[in-house]
Amino acid sequence: MITIDIDKKLHGVDGEMDLKVGLSINEGDFVALAGQSGSGKTTLLRILAGLEEARGSIVIGNEIWLDGTKAIVPQKRKIGFVFQDYALFANMTLEENLLFVNKDRKLAEHLLDITELGELKKRLPNSLSGGQKQRVSLCRAMMNRPKLLLMDEPLSALDPVMRTKLQNEIHLLHKEFGTTSIMVSHDPSEIYRLASRVIVLDQGKIINDGSPKEVLLKTQGSQKFSFEGELLDVTKVDVIYIAIVSIGQQLVEVVVSQDEAKNLKIGDSVRVSTKAFAPILSHY
Amino acid sequence: MIELLKTIEFTPFLLSFKLAAITSLILFIVSLPLAWYLSQTRSKAKPFIEAVTALPIVLPPSVLGFYILVALSHNSPLGAFFDDLFGIKLVFSFPGLVVASALYSFPFMVQPLQSGFESINKNMLEASYISGKSKFTTLFKVALPNIKPSLMTAVIVTFAHTVGEFGVVLMVGGSIPGETKVASVAIYEMVEVMDYSTAHIYSAMMLIISFMVLLGVYIFNHKQHKKIGAFGS
Repeated sequence: MITIDIDKKLHGVDGEMDLKVGLSINEGDFVALAGQSGSGKTTLLRILAGLEEARGSIVIGNEIWLDGTKAIVPQKRKIGFVFQDYALFANMTLEENLLFVNKDRKLAEHLLDITELGELKKRLPNSLSGGQKQRVSLCRAMMNRPKLLLMDEPLSALDPVMRTKLQNEIHLLHKEFGTTSIMVSHDPSEIYRLASRVIVLDQGKIINDGSPKEVLLKTQGSQKFSFEGELLDVTKVDVIYIAIVSIGQQLVEVVVSQDEAKNLKIGDSVRVSTKAFAPILSHY
Repeated sequence: MIELLKTIEFTPFLLSFKLAAITSLILFIVSLPLAWYLSQTRSKAKPFIEAVTALPIVLPPSVLGFYILVALSHNSPLGAFFDDLFGIKLVFSFPGLVVASALYSFPFMVQPLQSGFESINKNMLEASYISGKSKFTTLFKVALPNIKPSLMTAVIVTFAHTVGEFGVVLMVGGSIPGETKVASVAIYEMVEVMDYSTAHIYSAMMLIISFMVLLGVYIFNHKQHKKIGAFGS
């Protein structure tokens, strides 16, 4: 069990903000931290890692990491941390990056095998692609055999195919090592796939906490499906109006009435939903 | 020409290089912890320390030389201390030159090191802490290997700058052959006595050596940059 009860004053873009978070996490859980940028997600992660000061308490199992303002240093926490920008040791080969953390060669071999990096182990990080670098970073984090794995938007800089691949690897490692994982993420499909719990922060406070299904599914009542998107264009075609909405990576056309068209401004955030109609799901 | 070269005394050059080597070594050892501290600290004292460090760049060498002379003379506590305890006279002597050069070239060592450390991706250092490594290990295994160009620049520029100094050396050391008469002072004296041919040879040697050293540094830095990228991936 991990119990967190912390308080920290942040100087954000909108002036001062109070990061005040109290929560407990079961061991082995995979928690996604969501929320708009500037809501305190990264700071919370850094406080857990001991990279940032805070006031309060952090207790993990029977270890006390933070008590009042007395914190134990990051070196003694045995955590894994995956940075958004990889933060690999540029002067060391992949293998050396892993062995720097822990001299366990067997574990390093095993991790490099899982992530299909075995053949690249003598290369320097500078010669790798983003996806490869992030896998090394993930392997390096696991070399600690961490009780707590912290990931700060680990996949946000990668393309969709690479994301899916790494999501699987993260899932695999989380299960194999039995770590408790906390990941900052903006991507609902990623959260749904990986996390067993989602915590949404806003202005430094928890505003939503539940299973991915409860938190992420936006349909209500009799709505069968519902998507949020951005209105790109509204054009008049004969007597009807057609709105073009960008949803995720897709553009869709939606027919709207004249009255509706009047109320829509290009750039608006809109929700496309429907009910009383059975959508057909097919492979493409 | 050969005849002329044979008559030339190379002692001032050797003295210059000996002085520069010792100064660079001392400064490297002293500056490394200071530059690391300055790059990592959030202390309010930082601008103050930085300003003091940079003073030798802006002060006229004569001002610096004058203060060093006063501070090291036998009448000052520091000078008396060294004389009484070790029997070392710091004025008009080689040890005095080393002290003066170290002060004069100080910023040329600290500043490249500090900016090198500051350019390192902070997450890379944090990743090392999280991996259980102390600040000391992180400095030597992660930070230093990733700022090789800055290390190179700091050491070489300090060396070259010390070889090239004139005003401070003249004031603190004077011109004692084999003891304090370094190349730059020797050239000055040759010009004064209108021995232009020797002055030409000395000056040309200084020019060529300086250029080769700088060229070497830039080639090295260019290669490093290609190899590990801009200070960490």
